Amino acid sequence: MVTSITSFGRSGLYDWLIQRVGAAVMAAYTIFITIYLMTNPELTFEQWHALFGQLWMRVFSLVTLLSFISHAWIGLWAVLTDYLTVRLMGNKATILRIFAQMMLGGVAITYLVWGIEIIWGFN
Amino acid sequence: MLKVEIYRYNPDTDKAPYMKTYEFDTQGKDLMVLDVLEQLKAQDESLAYRRSCREGVCGSDGMNINGKNGLACIKPLSECVKNNKLILRPLPGLPVIRDLVVDMTQFYDQYKKIEPYLQNDTPAPAIERLQSPEDREKLDGLYECILCACCSTACPSFWWNPDKFIGPAGLLQAYRFLADSRDLATEKRLSNLDDPFSVFRCHGIQACVAVCPKGLNPTRAIGHIRNMLLQSAT
Ligand code: SF4
Ligand code: SF4
Ligand code: FES
Repeated sequence: MVTSITSFGRSGLYDWLIQRVGAAVMAAYTIFITIYLMTNPELTFEQWHALFGQLWMRVFSLVTLLSFISHAWIGLWAVLTDYLTVRLMGNKATILRIFAQMMLGGVAITYLVWGIEIIWGFN
Repeated sequence: MLKVEIYRYNPDTDKAPYMKTYEFDTQGKDLMVLDVLEQLKAQDESLAYRRSCREGVCGSDGMNINGKNGLACIKPLSECVKNNKLILRPLPGLPVIRDLVVDMTQFYDQYKKIEPYLQNDTPAPAIERLQSPEDREKLDGLYECILCACCSTACPSFWWNPDKFIGPAGLLQAYRFLADSRDLATEKRLSNLDDPFSVFRCHGIQACVAVCPKGLNPTRAIGHIRNMLLQSAT
């Protein structure tokens, strides 16, 4: 058992499942939006506004955003722990990696808050 | 004449590794790579590599042959030589001890972690622990592994995290015991694997499957472990 406290859920299985489920949600959202845009070629602002005014659409969008952020976190954490490691760079790697993760975390939270503001912040 | 380029490095005398080129006359025969090495060693005694069985059983002569890991003793020249060139390097990712001989400690440490022995605390029967033919069949494609390390040293995830990721060879063996009806440590084995590195560093690219000289499929075994983890945890 390898201990790891910086991964998303600290369990490999949990991270894996979140990433797979998230991928399915993102695929569903993409397909939905594509079909919606294709079946509404003359889309007006009012229609688009009404779509995002629906509760289910807001929840769907939020879940997609959460999936996107967790997916990115888990994936980029894997990339960082592949290349920014003590094995490859010496002791400075740990500081560098934690710093890079904090940056990524900051960006992720910013997008999340911003996204929520966009989805829920209008009437 | 076949051009043979071999990775040479003797830490006692060389500052850095280098490639040495030999000319080799195959006399029109489709030799095995190991035959070529044996004949070259007769000319140049300083050349170092491991070998033992010379028939694909012991797993000691795994090396990188024209860019692909394999066993020198069962790899015919006709299957690997390109542009009349044979390029031999040590297995990638592991520390080189000398020439084609690598230090396998990291590989064995990962193997040790999966506790590669049958665990069963119930009293041993007088003769042997029996298994139905169906249960025995579940071990096919697993028990044949000869621990040559061709797969793990072809796996990028193992290159980057050889201290944390078990690697395809170790995981194939982990599943070999998870799948064994006589082994009773399944839950313990699974809980030892459920971290973000041991199993889940596998990204399923199947570089391991492409090189296994015994035709085994570690990626499939890893998928089975993942399913077992999923079943026991949900
Ligand atoms: S799975 Fe195949 S390549 Fe890997 S160690 Fe076993 S025999 Fe060698
Ligand atoms: S499938 Fe998994 S174990 Fe095999 S080479 Fe790829 S990452 Fe490594
Ligand atoms: S020498 Fe034994 S496997 Fe090649």
